[in-house]
Amino acid sequence: MSRIIVVTSGKGGVGKTTVTSNLGAALAQVGCTVALIDADFGLRNLDLLLGLEERVVYTALDVLAGECRLAQALVKDKRLKGLVLLPAAQNRNKESVQPEQMKKITSALTKGYDYILIDSPAGIEMGFRNAIAAATESVIVTTPEVAAVRDADRVIGLLEAEGIHNIRLIINRVRPEMVQTNKMMSVEDVLELLAVPLVGVVPDDEKVIVATNKGEPLVIAEDYSLPALSFTNIARRLQGEKVPFLDLMAEQNNILTRIRRIFGG
Amino acid sequence: MISELSELMEMIFPWNTNKNSREEAKRRLQLILAHDRANVNPMMINRMREEILAVVARYVEINKDEMEIALENSDRMTALIANLPIVKFKRVAGAEENSQPLPADINLDLT
Ligand SMILES: Nc1ncnc2c1ncn2[C@@H]1O[C@H](COP(=O)(O)OP(=O)(O)OP(=O)(O)O)[C@@H](O)[C@H]1O
Ligand SMILES: [Mg+2]
Repeated sequence: MSRIIVVTSGKGGVGKTTVTSNLGAALAQVGCTVALIDADFGLRNLDLLLGLEERVVYTALDVLAGECRLAQALVKDKRLKGLVLLPAAQNRNKESVQPEQMKKITSALTKGYDYILIDSPAGIEMGFRNAIAAATESVIVTTPEVAAVRDADRVIGLLEAEGIHNIRLIINRVRPEMVQTNKMMSVEDVLELLAVPLVGVVPDDEKVIVATNKGEPLVIAEDYSLPALSFTNIARRLQGEKVPFLDLMAEQNNILTRIRRIFGG
Repeated sequence: MISELSELMEMIFPWNTNKNSREEAKRRLQLILAHDRANVNPMMINRMREEILAVVARYVEINKDEMEIALENSDRMTALIANLPIVKFKRVAGAEENSQPLPADINLDLT
């Protein structure tokens, strides 16, 4: 049975597309077959993060219009066996797709893939409705900021109302040095507020931006980084493995406690 | 340079920092989420407070200064918590004398 997971957040720009692309790559790397659906119609960029933009020929809308077969629209990632992308149309508006159509496409993909990850647009309007229509699970992406956490809570409520109860949280862009100085909410703070299970913590790291510059998922980069490890761990947790959470504070603490000891703090 | 230095000092001695925006964010969110989840706004809470008070006041006297009505969250459950301290029954001085004496000529005959 394949798993259909929508990646959503409410608030824009918190890292949904970053998570979808990197988690998709990480799942493929641990041996799963993965189809990524860009449900951000009109503002597609999942293809860019994956570096597949040059190879997009057809989109989900062409499939729905009967202009091509589903298999023709899927862009295969040559670097990662088992990873494909179903691109969104760039030039048509979100209203042209219906939840029923999303369900049709998704259910066709379940025949060939272990995971179907759906990259949701920001907001809670039609685009969001389309993105969640076929999903049976959700990964909520938030950052440790007031507005992002509030919107995440709204979206969790909406998903539950739609009968999607398998909801897990990714806290993105955590800056341990800011948490340390009480300038940012910690992972525990956010968990206490939202009260949904955690599936991953991703540090705020410039390597994430470097990876998007190259159109290369973090897990296949030559120098394996901390955020890459975060995504591999999330993939393994989705697979049911018990993987301890990275202690982002650990490194920080090592240096700081030593200095404090010198000052007798 | 100065700001970098003070940042380093804050990292080494976090207890010296009194501007704790982390706690502030958390405290604000607790309230915001409670209101969002119950789909109420502060104005509705105020109106509710007045109405609850009016009902309860028909039966007991409430200490208005110490009453609290708030939404609280725990584990994705939201509850309306009301704490309405009842004014201590104060025996009015000289109450005994003020009470009406029984009329002397009442008839208590049962037959
Ligand atoms: N962990 C991170 N560290 C550093 N930068 C990050 C991290 N996660 C995301 N970003 C950056 O934040 C920006 C927004 O990310 P992304 O496009 O994934 O968000 P989104 O939620 O998909 O946005 P939208 O709502 O517009 O679809 C990008 O520039 C991305 O590179
Ligand atoms: Mg996006």
